[in-house]
Amino acid sequence: MAAKLRSSLTILGVIIGVAAVVIIMAIGKSAQALILDQISGIGSNLIAILPGASDEKGPPAAALGISVTTLKYSDLQALRNKKYVPESSNAAGYVLGTAAATYNSTSINTSFEGTTASYMDVENTQIAKGRFFTKGEETDLSRVTVLGFNEAKDLFQNTSPLNKIIKIKNQNFTVIGILAKRGSTGFGITNQDDTIFVPLKTAQKLILGIDHLGFIRLKVKDASLIPQAEANIKATLRERHHITDPANDDFSVRDIASALETITQVTDVLRYFLLTIGAISLLVGGVGIMSIMLLAVKQRIREIGLRKAVGARNSDMQAQFLIESIFVSFLGGIIGIIIGVAVSFLIAVVAQSLQYTWPFLISWQSIVVASLVSITIGAIFGVYPAHIAAKISPMEALRYE
Amino acid sequence: MNEEENFPLIKTQNLSKTYDNEGVKTRALRSASFSIEKGEFVTIMGPSGSGKSTLMHILGLLDRSSAGKYFFENQDVSTFDDDVLAGIRNEKIGFVFQAFNLLPRTSIYENVELPLLYDQNPDNNNSKKVMAALHWVGMEYRKDYFSNQLSGGEKQKVAIARALVNSPNIIFADEPTGNLDSVSGLQIMKILQKLNNEGHTIILVTHETFTAEHAKRILQMKDGQIVSDEPIKNRRIAHDGELLK
Repeated sequence: MAAKLRSSLTILGVIIGVAAVVIIMAIGKSAQALILDQISGIGSNLIAILPGASDEKGPPAAALGISVTTLKYSDLQALRNKKYVPESSNAAGYVLGTAAATYNSTSINTSFEGTTASYMDVENTQIAKGRFFTKGEETDLSRVTVLGFNEAKDLFQNTSPLNKIIKIKNQNFTVIGILAKRGSTGFGITNQDDTIFVPLKTAQKLILGIDHLGFIRLKVKDASLIPQAEANIKATLRERHHITDPANDDFSVRDIASALETITQVTDVLRYFLLTIGAISLLVGGVGIMSIMLLAVKQRIREIGLRKAVGARNSDMQAQFLIESIFVSFLGGIIGIIIGVAVSFLIAVVAQSLQYTWPFLISWQSIVVASLVSITIGAIFGVYPAHIAAKISPMEALRYE
Repeated sequence: MNEEENFPLIKTQNLSKTYDNEGVKTRALRSASFSIEKGEFVTIMGPSGSGKSTLMHILGLLDRSSAGKYFFENQDVSTFDDDVLAGIRNEKIGFVFQAFNLLPRTSIYENVELPLLYDQNPDNNNSKKVMAALHWVGMEYRKDYFSNQLSGGEKQKVAIARALVNSPNIIFADEPTGNLDSVSGLQIMKILQKLNNEGHTIILVTHETFTAEHAKRILQMKDGQIVSDEPIKNRRIAHDGELLK
């Protein structure tokens, strides 16, 4: 009975260590998928062109407070032209700001975007009521506005906003449409539902008093075309801005695909770091195995003596205890893997019931690593106790009280 | 063709054993010299601390002497390494211990089979050998029982079966009746005498005079030395119904 308890305690350390490794790696993998899903939801075939040079992996110049005004509407038109960027299927230009928007007595402080008619296509979004801007309205300083889903609710509650007049920065704008609810996209600076939209030139001239663009978003037909598209975009802009040395670029080109790659790399590093920690915990479990195996040898000294008396050689005893150690350790590994997979599955079920995109993923590397490590632990930490068992003299063993 | 063995099974010359325990030396055995022929029934007798157990362990190849020579089947055992000694114990020696030393959580069959599992020259006849040994001690119907289900006397019978299973030349019995009641003890002595009648060499170690008198020759030990070596004068024969005092 005591022997059973001892064996159970021995492998408990290994079970916990292995289960931890499997669960950590599974969580890491699923979390990675969750993040990538959130980000790629907004369009992995979009390229962002930002004013000001910046490192691809770092924040844009604007975030650092650097204001660059060289990106223009004419640049947008050039990039939309298949003559310069054959891979592009559409592009939209943006300026951003905040302003007070008022309807009757309701006044809210809201973010607004001045953008082009191509917004709907580039952003892959739907209109709920009414319509979006026309190409003409984009440049003819029309005072029309399209409301994001939440802003429409905030200003108009249950009344229909269409054709009503609201004041934006004390100027009258006619509401021509409401966008469908989009939800948070996680990436990008603004949340569409909490934004109101006005035509690009209207925003530039009548609200902000500028003539440059905040940024451009360009859509390619397929993500595989991104590298060529980016090359062509850069070439086009350098020519238009008279830049001969790429080190002097006054713009940045970023795409979501490379952002995804960066995030994957970072989360991979995190996952393997956690795996290392898990492996260390397994090592601790191994030390536990050794101490319990040593205790086992001590408690079974008379048995060892008896076996030697009837003819077991030193190598027989060494093999017996080593195999026991490996078996116990490997058994712990199997149980740990089963528990690890089961717990990861439970976590996935709970996360999915909370509406997270949490796929049930098991890292096969973690299972292989866990299996190999548990066998190795059994071998390494069993060698010393097995050696002790082998060296015991039969007579001393039989005399042991 | 077997050669006539005209050398003794066991021969010792000035056998000594000294233990060194953290600097304290104990002379457990001093200069023992004697021979034992095949087929003898010898008792090594003495009080606690007389060195009889030490001597038995050395004769049974469970321990090595500190000095002197021990010839087993005319070969100097000091030339044998641990593995060779293990092989001899496996094939030529059988042990019966006071505390039985059966493996726990193991069936009777598997207990008796144990020496065969370590046989370096196995011959696939394990089942036959095990059942023959169990039959010899009358325990074949209990082969699937576990040791904790048996009485003391039954356990010792199983231990004897284990000692016999690989057809050894010599059987060492160390206080075989020490943990038994009178009736069971008697049964065990009867078995040992029967084994000797059939040709097995028996070496019995005990501190009880009554038990010792079932042998044919007695080596008396005191303080690590053999003080006398004589045949038994009034030998006791174990019958059913007789009680060991």
